[in-house]
Amino acid sequence: MPDTTRPDPTPPRTVLGADARAALFAGVDRTPGAAKPDPILVVDDLCRTFGGLKAVDVSHLEIQRSCITGLIGPNGAGKTTLFNLLTGFDRPDTGTWAMDGVPLGRLHPHQVARRGIVRTFQLTKALSKLTVLDNVRLGARHQTGERMVGALLPWTWRHQEREITAHAYELLDRFGLAAKADDFAGSLSGGQRKLLEMARALMTEPTVVMLDEPMAGVNPALTQNLLGHIKTLRDDGTTVVFVEHDMDVIRDISDWVVVMAQGSVIAEAPPDALSSDPAVVDAYLGSHHDQALEFDDEGNPVGATAELADALADAEAQTLEAGGDLSDPDAASTDATATTLEKP
Amino acid sequence: MDIVSVLQVSFAQLIGPSAIFYALLAIGLNLHYGYAGLLNFGQIGFALLGGYGVGIMTVTYDQPLWVGILVGLALAGLLALVLGIPTLRLRADYLAIATIAAAEILRLMFRSTASDSVTGSTRGLWGFADPFTSLSPFDSSRQYNLLGMRFYGDDLWAMVVGWTLVLLLCGLVYLLSHSPWGRVLEAVREDEDAARALGKNVFAYKMQALVLGGMIGGLGGIFNALQTKSINPDFYSTAQTFFAFGALILGGAGTVFGPVLGAMMFWFLLTLPDAFLRQAIAGPDPLLPLTEQQVGAMRYVLLGILIAVMMVFRPQGILGSKRKVQLDA
Repeated sequence: MPDTTRPDPTPPRTVLGADARAALFAGVDRTPGAAKPDPILVVDDLCRTFGGLKAVDVSHLEIQRSCITGLIGPNGAGKTTLFNLLTGFDRPDTGTWAMDGVPLGRLHPHQVARRGIVRTFQLTKALSKLTVLDNVRLGARHQTGERMVGALLPWTWRHQEREITAHAYELLDRFGLAAKADDFAGSLSGGQRKLLEMARALMTEPTVVMLDEPMAGVNPALTQNLLGHIKTLRDDGTTVVFVEHDMDVIRDISDWVVVMAQGSVIAEAPPDALSSDPAVVDAYLGSHHDQALEFDDEGNPVGATAELADALADAEAQTLEAGGDLSDPDAASTDATATTLEKP
Repeated sequence: MDIVSVLQVSFAQLIGPSAIFYALLAIGLNLHYGYAGLLNFGQIGFALLGGYGVGIMTVTYDQPLWVGILVGLALAGLLALVLGIPTLRLRADYLAIATIAAAEILRLMFRSTASDSVTGSTRGLWGFADPFTSLSPFDSSRQYNLLGMRFYGDDLWAMVVGWTLVLLLCGLVYLLSHSPWGRVLEAVREDEDAARALGKNVFAYKMQALVLGGMIGGLGGIFNALQTKSINPDFYSTAQTFFAFGALILGGAGTVFGPVLGAMMFWFLLTLPDAFLRQAIAGPDPLLPLTEQQVGAMRYVLLGILIAVMMVFRPQGILGSKRKVQLDA
């Protein structure tokens, strides 16, 4: 391989008990961009725009080592884009980020991965025409047989391949896929593919694991199974960052939760304090979610409801004047309505 | 009708020099398409550079044959690099467009009168194969009989060298595809991003596959030049790439022996109906009212139908695994 970058030897892992973690986060400010006692990832002024849309605009973010950080936010909040940026799959307009003080900007995805950050994908990427075992073996790092010339000298990598295979079987056992080892990955069910992707990621012996919606489309029993695996990861000293929509899942396993909306981090808090954070509630449910609609006897809106109805009518009128089409839900009309409604 | 002679003619094509040439092209394509998922529609361009490397170095510049062979291989590898650098970071179809264009550009450049002093333009180059045939243990002027199949001494020598080469390359592909390197290549074919996320330098792997497969294509061109003892630019037409692709799909992409078996079957299936039809129109009372020219066209029609039927009933090719093909759906 022409690329000779070698990752640093894996730094010693810090293993923290539940109390230690709770104590750790007790002193952390519950504000966006709060400083953590021992951050492994530090992000500064990260910005990525698609045309006029600011997909990610994070001024500061720290991820605590050896803990599970949940990343939540409504659809389009920029969570996946943030993942893509941090792992090198996308390039930011501006911004820096570093792992253990070593900057990771401008690296290619495989270079980021070699530094110990492994990610999974929202749409599971099982390599369907490889066997389950090969999928997992692929993850191992520093394989002599992966160099083209080395590949032609099987005796140079056979021993290593045996070790890798043994390790792969251990992981497959742990994830309950050992019986499927010789099947093509394409024949697995959706949930099994999620497990396989996680096993494959672990084969790289990562320091940071970034899971993009690991529970999406997975049945409840398997969700519990996956949660258990994620907890085990943390208990082994691995740092886990994961994107999730399900609040119950977030509450169950995260040590700390970062909330994103419209590209920015709007809140950070321990999971049990989330529901009382007004910024989070607004982002998920909208500012008017708890407002009862009031009507008089003739069915005309009164009070706040009347203001809301007026705002809607105004927005409609504006759209029509501007030559918009109300029947088109994607047109600017919706935006106009939304902005008008957002005003308290 | 003389069934035995029909079979003899067809089997002669099964193991003849043409089968070797397409086997070499298809082995290269198999690395590209079967293992790395790269669409190279200009494999004949690599063969052209291989062949002309030999021709130009020996005829125009009076160098020994081995220099020509090395130059031919190096040029094919260089073409892969030049095409790969801009296109391998893009989607697969860009490589397909770039390669098909490059192959045509090369052919037109080499046949143009402007390059006459170097490439011999449309007349091509000849008279460079003597060092190759002089190594032959067979008598050039004799026809050898192999189970009723007749080969000239020089062709037999080319076949010995060619099949040895094909077997060696099959060994190379076997070693590569059964190694961790081959595993990464297949992962790249299945999903580049997944491979990247696991720390694999996808670009480097694709480039390695492109260069290696292109050089094997170049080797095909070298073999063809030495076997036919001449080079003609119009032989290197785009259709040849697709014959090689046809052979690869027929034999089974992503298998070690698929491209070889495919190339053999391709020529066998092309000759079999041809020989039958020629028998059928021969003699004072022909079975079919066809002319010689019509038979020439008809054999491609029949081959097309045979391949189409094959694709319906065995889409994975002769050696491919049906399970793998079904996983695409």
